[in-house]
Amino acid sequence: MKFLLKKFFSFIATIFIVSLTIFFIFNVLPGNPAHAILGIDADNQQIKLFEEDLGLDKPLHLRYIDWITGVAQGDLGESYKYRQPVEDVMQDRIPVSFSLAIIALLLTVVIGVPLGILIARTDGKWYSTVLSMITQLGISTPSFWLGFILILIFAVKLGLFPTYGFVPWSESFFGALRSYFLPALAIAISNIAIVIRYLRNSILDQSKQDYVRTAKVKGLGTSEIMYGHVLKNAFLPVLTILGLITADTLGGSIIIENVFALPGLGNLLVASIESRDFPLIQSLILIISLIIIVANFIVDLLYRVIDPRIRI
Amino acid sequence: MGNSLLEVNNLDVSFKIGKKTYPALEDITFKINENTIVGVVGESGSGKSLTAQSILGILPTNTEVEGSIKLENDELINKSMKDWKKLRSNEVSLIFQEPMTSLNPLMKVGKQISEILKKHTNDSKEQRYKKTIKIMNEVGLKRSENLYHSYPHELSGGMRQRIVIAMAIINNPKLIIADEPTTALDVTIQAQILNLLKSIVKKRNGAMLFISHDWGVISQVCDYVLVMYAGQIVEQGLIENLLNNPQHPYTRGLIKAIPDFRKRGEALYSIPLRVPALTERNKGEWPYIKITKENAQCAAEIFPEITKEGTKE
Repeated sequence: MKFLLKKFFSFIATIFIVSLTIFFIFNVLPGNPAHAILGIDADNQQIKLFEEDLGLDKPLHLRYIDWITGVAQGDLGESYKYRQPVEDVMQDRIPVSFSLAIIALLLTVVIGVPLGILIARTDGKWYSTVLSMITQLGISTPSFWLGFILILIFAVKLGLFPTYGFVPWSESFFGALRSYFLPALAIAISNIAIVIRYLRNSILDQSKQDYVRTAKVKGLGTSEIMYGHVLKNAFLPVLTILGLITADTLGGSIIIENVFALPGLGNLLVASIESRDFPLIQSLILIISLIIIVANFIVDLLYRVIDPRIRI
Repeated sequence: MGNSLLEVNNLDVSFKIGKKTYPALEDITFKINENTIVGVVGESGSGKSLTAQSILGILPTNTEVEGSIKLENDELINKSMKDWKKLRSNEVSLIFQEPMTSLNPLMKVGKQISEILKKHTNDSKEQRYKKTIKIMNEVGLKRSENLYHSYPHELSGGMRQRIVIAMAIINNPKLIIADEPTTALDVTIQAQILNLLKSIVKKRNGAMLFISHDWGVISQVCDYVLVMYAGQIVEQGLIENLLNNPQHPYTRGLIKAIPDFRKRGEALYSIPLRVPALTERNKGEWPYIKITKENAQCAAEIFPEITKEGTKE
């Protein structure tokens, strides 16, 4: 209970600081939304009207208070560019980004964890060393470059996947899966490499512990020791990494959505920054921060489930 | 004394490091009879734990083993992994030095004990639970039903060591190896654990190999003692004989190093030679001590072998 209360307060504090940061950073950026939206040719009269209309003529701190009270009441404001409530602009895009992130995370876990175990178990063999070297390569490869390469190989040359755009889930399940697969893979590959490396090191580290020797003396076999004892212990540090990877997946999706022309939040974010659409930018970043905080909260909860030592 | 249970003959263990091999154990020969506790004393690096690991087949992979270890006339050297799995815990088991780290921190202690039954018997879940509670009571744990569901970090050092002992005896192995089982415990708990170990051996008609660097502990529990230095047995014999009439100067030195209240105020004695590291050892040149001007005299006093066999200077 105390844990939840503490988490709740730190959540409020974090969100508050995030809201302050994004509001002031974007509002001091050079570039005027009126110019960006009306065009450079707009005359002063038009600009003045536009600014009055949107409340941009008020002092900065008052604008922040207006915005944040609105957010607290569930009103994210109105987009400058689309002249619609921000909620409506984002509505169709949330499922796209969400699907992309979930598929990327699933790929990371489903591919990364078994490979990490495999490489740890075959440690010392030549192919294990080769795989380890490949993971190093995977970590240092930028996702957007991978995106282009994947498009080139699987979409252009082999024609297995669409080159860009997407099919909604409601239209065709497999069609949607096909359109999400390449971008999700582009985001996942470096994260898979990270999970493999951490899990491998963690397993090798745990295998040297005394309790493993105890298990051996009990007469347990290598697999029983691995799956019954080592893996759970080895997974703890990887859990922290998975929390960070969630953040990275969201960051990666901003670029990847543009590479694959997916109509998601990342795509919208880039467009809204170009047009200085402050309410939209702020809401998007606030939502992304919220997801990261929630992901870390889930990691904290999982820690408590796995490790009895922090259940106090 | 009953029949001989374990016979170790001319056991050699060497480590392969790079292209060279270094002797870690040389010519180890001893036996353990039923109903006896055999102690192993020696400084760090003398090969006490390695002897234990050889008997359990858990030596590091870069080792080479020669000689013979027979448990009830069954040769253990070069046993297959499959045979070892059956042997461990059924025939021979081990009690570790560090009860803090020798248990899995994420698993309930009861489950860590009953896991052994799951592996080695066809007992039902309920039978396993009952047997586990019974063995926990037997090693002197109270409220075993509650303790069953505890995690290692919730128990004291003494309780954890009792759990480790319970794991070691649950399958009634003939031979129990105790590798410094009380070193990590405070003195009152130490006495309790030693009494427990003694009573276990007596009650089950088993045998124990008891490793320690503490003569006090050894003299309390052991019937017979091996004194080791740098991978060889320097001297072995019944505990009374060894303590009252040690033959080898090294044994005498070790006994002289036991603190004694009658020698209050005097400086404590310590043997002025250190155990040579593995990489300083050349096969056949035991005790491997590098003779210098400073240590020549005391080395010859402690190891008559040096002058006799003309070890390289």
